[in-house]
Amino acid sequence: MALEVKDIIKPENLVYAKTKLLTERMMHYCPGCTHGVVNKLIAEVIDELNIQEDTIGVTPVGCSVLLYNYIEIDWHEAAHGRAPAVGTGIKRLRPDKYVFTYQGDGDLAAIGTAETIHACNRGENILMVFINNGIYGMTGGQMAPTTLEGMKASTCPFGRDVEHDGRPLNMTSIVATLPGTCYVTRQAAHTAPAVRKLKKSLRKAFENQKNKKGTSFIEVVGTCSSGWKMNPVQSNKWMEANMFPIYPLGDIKDV
Amino acid sequence: MSELRLMKGNEAIAEAAIRYGVDGYFGYPITPQSEVMETLMELRPWETTGMVVLQAESEIASINMMYGGAGCGKKVMTSSSSPGISLMQEGLSYLAGAELPCVVVNVVRGGPGLGTIQPAQSDYSQAVNGGGHGDYNLIVLAPSSVQEMADFVELAFELAFKYRNPALILSDGMIGQMMEKVELKAQKDRMSDQELAEKYPWATTGKPSSRERNIITSVELDPYAFERFNHKVQAKYKQMHKEDVRFEQFQCEDAEYLLVAYGSSARICQKSVQLLREKGIKAGLLRPITLFPFPGVELDKLAGQVKGMLAVELSAGQLVRDVRLAVNGKVPVEHFGRMGGVIHSPEEVVEALEKNFLKG
Ligand SMILES: Cc1ncc(C[n+]2csc(CCOP(=O)(O)OP(=O)(O)O)c2C)c(N)n1
Ligand code: SF4
Ligand SMILES: [Mg+2]
Repeated sequence: MALEVKDIIKPENLVYAKTKLLTERMMHYCPGCTHGVVNKLIAEVIDELNIQEDTIGVTPVGCSVLLYNYIEIDWHEAAHGRAPAVGTGIKRLRPDKYVFTYQGDGDLAAIGTAETIHACNRGENILMVFINNGIYGMTGGQMAPTTLEGMKASTCPFGRDVEHDGRPLNMTSIVATLPGTCYVTRQAAHTAPAVRKLKKSLRKAFENQKNKKGTSFIEVVGTCSSGWKMNPVQSNKWMEANMFPIYPLGDIKDV
Repeated sequence: MSELRLMKGNEAIAEAAIRYGVDGYFGYPITPQSEVMETLMELRPWETTGMVVLQAESEIASINMMYGGAGCGKKVMTSSSSPGISLMQEGLSYLAGAELPCVVVNVVRGGPGLGTIQPAQSDYSQAVNGGGHGDYNLIVLAPSSVQEMADFVELAFELAFKYRNPALILSDGMIGQMMEKVELKAQKDRMSDQELAEKYPWATTGKPSSRERNIITSVELDPYAFERFNHKVQAKYKQMHKEDVRFEQFQCEDAEYLLVAYGSSARICQKSVQLLREKGIKAGLLRPITLFPFPGVELDKLAGQVKGMLAVELSAGQLVRDVRLAVNGKVPVEHFGRMGGVIHSPEEVVEALEKNFLKG
């Protein structure tokens, strides 16, 4: 007898399910966007660690501004670049909660540079997730502090000219030098192994927070197909060929 | 137990904050208000009441730390002086947009620019018009004594929580730096996290299964929904004007000329009223205590009684605009003020009133 769908959909056959912490809201990200994958992984990790009731997330200004629509936890939406200060305020007043910020490269490494460095330097016991797509996605593809040399963006239409625009800023290396950070790593989310590694990092970062170790900082090198003007497959290839040499993956600090 | 002490206005703010049970203070040094954080750091309230005190890397950071703390339903405050308050405006707009209570103290110094560290009242317009982007207002209280510096910490928090709106204590270098006798209230308990979660169901306290998730935000992309939100906020400001206008009158009953002044300038004007009365000129003083909501109705009433009003302030003429709006042309309203950190004498005010209304 032929197998029917109803015979396959059984609990014992379940290999993967959407975590219950993800809401039913349709994500607003462009197809292939790294944000959606990382949002989902954060939801899974919070669910797996069973810390939903004890977690407060801080969203940035950038494409992930509406991240609070997708994960079933309490959220605080910060001003552009100020998430580490908002996270500091929350954590200092609620040290019993897990606090994380989620920020883009413009948010974390340009307008919020001071807040990022000082939160890390104080060793605020929080997690900072840093989505480095080398561009200002939300505002339509302008140059970011992390835009690569020669890379085109709407405010460097002929490619980033380092003489004129300065060189790409490696914020992750900078924060790794600060005494307050306990765990600094650079990951990606474009393949199944990368996703598994990133999830492990996220789990570790929340555990660091439980153990009051200081600031955990996870950079995720990602793509922005719309800003880069490529399709998602081309974007991933371009990222591997061009972003990874400048932003190499792996742990930078783990104490 | 309450206690009588001799102290600076800035120190009184710090003492009152601890005693009222404030949960967190975030600040950045600037003259003439640095004693607020210095006093707090010396008193180490984290060891007694559990109050958090943190020196931030900038005023931008301190207002945003407050934003985070306020979202948790905590009583958070900061203090600064003019240039630092300018840096906080984006954050204040977010706090107002997210409908969060908090208290900010501005110990005003003369501007524009780096200006002077001497007292001024030149941040009035910034204070009463919201100060940052968007249609919002702060609740603005103007203390004119060290006692009021202490008392207004509590009042500002009560109003901020009543309306879920940031409150500003608009002081100046004179009130901040001068020493006076002050009665400090007895120590109150801080609210427990459990009590807080019940009292402020909107706060980010961690999502239990019993409620929807709480989101502190000021974003609304649907224009019709955002217009409805703006109407709701404006309704709060209307309610403030009905229920929470505060002012003080000094010899207004039979006044023919009215001085209008707040804060340190109002103290000087009390003496001017006395000098004018000695000269046979029936003068009175109206001192707005809430600059927002402004006691416009009261001024309008007095406009039917007096022959002229003189707004006296340490600025080029900011308060005077609100007085003119309030009386809407019923009586002449003139302005007198010194600027740049210069403080007027009571005699100068007398002269200004005579010159404007009684001579020629
Ligand atoms: C004070 C302020 N300046 C500028 C903006 C406009 N703005 C919104 S998002 C953004 C850049 C976002 O880029 P990034 O942080 O890299 O996030 P992405 O969208 O790429 O994820 C800018 C400049 C703003 N909202 N606030
Ligand atoms: S613009 Fe870029 S960063 Fe933003 S959602 Fe689209 S792909 Fe993602
Ligand atoms: Mg970006």
